[in-house]
Amino acid sequence: MAYVVERPTLTWKEKIYLPSIVAGLMTTLKHLRKMWAGETKVLMQYPEEKWDSHMPEHYRGAPTLVTDNHERERCVACQLCEFICPPRAITITPEEIPADSKWAKVEKRPKQFKIDMIRCIYCGMCEEVCPEQAIFLRKDYAITGTTREEMVHDKKKLYELGGVFDGLVHKWNPLK
Amino acid sequence: MAFLNSPDFWFLVATSLAKTIFLIFLVVLPMVSYTVYAERRVSAAIQDRTGPNRVGFPITLLGFKKDFSPFLGGLGQPVADAVKFLLKEDFVPAHVNKPYFWLAPCLAMVPSIVVLAAIPFGSSFLGVPMVVANLDVGLLYIFAIASVGVYGIVLAGWASNSKYSFLGGIRSSSQMISYELGLGLSAVPVLLICGSTNLSNIITYQIQHGWLLFPFTHGIPEWRSLLLWIPVFIAFVTFTICMFAETNRLPFDLPESETELVAGYHTEYSSMKFALFFLGEYTAMIAGSSLIVVLFLGGWHFPLIPDGSGPGIIGAFWGVVNITVFFAKVAVLLFVFIWVRWTLPRFRYDQLMKLGWLYIFEIALVNIFLTAGILAFTK
Repeated sequence: MAYVVERPTLTWKEKIYLPSIVAGLMTTLKHLRKMWAGETKVLMQYPEEKWDSHMPEHYRGAPTLVTDNHERERCVACQLCEFICPPRAITITPEEIPADSKWAKVEKRPKQFKIDMIRCIYCGMCEEVCPEQAIFLRKDYAITGTTREEMVHDKKKLYELGGVFDGLVHKWNPLK
Repeated sequence: MAFLNSPDFWFLVATSLAKTIFLIFLVVLPMVSYTVYAERRVSAAIQDRTGPNRVGFPITLLGFKKDFSPFLGGLGQPVADAVKFLLKEDFVPAHVNKPYFWLAPCLAMVPSIVVLAAIPFGSSFLGVPMVVANLDVGLLYIFAIASVGVYGIVLAGWASNSKYSFLGGIRSSSQMISYELGLGLSAVPVLLICGSTNLSNIITYQIQHGWLLFPFTHGIPEWRSLLLWIPVFIAFVTFTICMFAETNRLPFDLPESETELVAGYHTEYSSMKFALFFLGEYTAMIAGSSLIVVLFLGGWHFPLIPDGSGPGIIGAFWGVVNITVFFAKVAVLLFVFIWVRWTLPRFRYDQLMKLGWLYIFEIALVNIFLTAGILAFTK
C-alpha cells in the first residue's frame, strides 16, 4: 500500500528558527544546571572510587599464594602450575624442607616462586590444577609497576597478597 | 618634532607599553587559556560528563608538601596544554608552500590581538585612560584589522596543499565576505545614536543615557531611548550572529567543521603553529565579546560604581573595579559563545550563505533606516 507522507507546513514561528534555538539553549542550560548541582549521575572517578565491592566471588584477579592456619606455606613445589601455565609466567625453584623442621614430612617447598605479571593472562589454570590449593586468584586487578622487575611478583609479595586460607585441602577433606 | 622630544611623548610611549603588556600578557592570554578550560568544562556539563578535573599545579616540584588543586580541579589543565604544545614536534609536511605555511598562523593570531588596542577596557587608572590607543576611528579600525584575520585562514588553507585545508580556506573567505557586510551594517545604528566612532565616546554616551541594550541603567529612560531600544535590539541580535560567523564559532564554523573537513584549514598544522590558530580563534572571541560589550552593554560602566577619576588610592581602586567589571561582562559573553556552540548544530553551507546575504544583510540595512527615522522624528 502506498504510504504518502504529507510535507509539513511550517508556521511563521518555525520558519524564523529563533524560538527553537532558544528552546535548545534552555535544554542545554538545564543539563548544565543539573550537572553543576550534582543531580546528574556521572561515571565513577576511578582511582578514588572503585568497583571492588561489586565484584563477583569468582572474579579472577592476580594469582597469589596462601599459607594455612598453622602458618605453613601450602605450596609443596610440585610445579604443576608452572607446567600448565599457558603464557609460562610462573617459575618455581623447589627446595627440600630440612629434617629438623616441624613440617619435614611435607618434604618439599618452593625456594623461590615467581609470577611474571606482564605475562600472566589471569586464566586461573594454576588455581584449577593445584592439588594443595595453595594458589588462588584474588581480586587485585590494578597490578602496576614502573619497571619490568617490579612486575615480577616474588614469593614474599605473593604471600603478602594471598594471606591465610583456612580449612582442609579438598583431597583430605572427608566431606568432599 | 618638538613633541617627539617632549616628556609627554615618552610618558605616552611608556604608558601605552605598560597597558599593552598588562592587557595581552596579564589579562587576555590567561583569559584565552582559561576560556579553553571553561569550554571543556561547560561542554562536559552540557553533555552530562565531568570534563577535565584532574590536573592541579605540581608545586611539589618546587619543594612544597602537597600539590595544589583548588576548588574545581583541573585548573592546571591550560598550563599542561601549553607545555604539551611547546614540546610537540613542529612538523612541516613536504608538500606545503613553506613561506605561506609559516606566515598563516601569525596572520591568524596577530590581527585578533591588534584589534584589542582600540578597545577601552577600563575607565582610567591614576589618570591614564585604560585604552591602548584612543582612536577616533576606533570601530572602523577594528573592522579593518579584524577582516585581515581571514587571510590567516585562507593562506593556511591554500598553503597546506591538501584538499581539506583548501576547502576550509575557500569556505572561510566566502563566509567572511557574506558576514562582514552584516557586521559592519549592524554597528551603524549604534554609531548613529552615539554620533561617534570613537569607542570611548560610545561608552560615555551609554553612561549618560543608559546602556544601549538596557536603558534602565540610567534611571527611568525617556521614551525616546525606549523607542530606540527596538532597532538597538535588532542590531544586537544581528551583530552577535555576525560575530559568531566572524570568529568561526559554531553554528558557523564551516572553515573548521571537523566532522566533514577533518580540521579544515589547520589539518596540516601541528605543535605551536596549531596552537597559534587556536589562540587566535579564542583571542578573536575575546575581542569580539569586548566589542559587543562596548557597543551594546555599556563597556566598563556598571550602575552605582564610579569611574577611576577620583583622587589617589580611591580612584585607583575604582579604576581596577571598572576593569574587572569590563572583563566580567566579557566572560559572560564568552560563556554564551560556549553555550551556543554546544547547543546548535552546524549550518549547511547554502543555508549560511542564504542567512548572510538574504536575511542579516537586509535586516541590518533596514534597521539603519529605522534608527535614522526614529532619530530624525524624535529630535
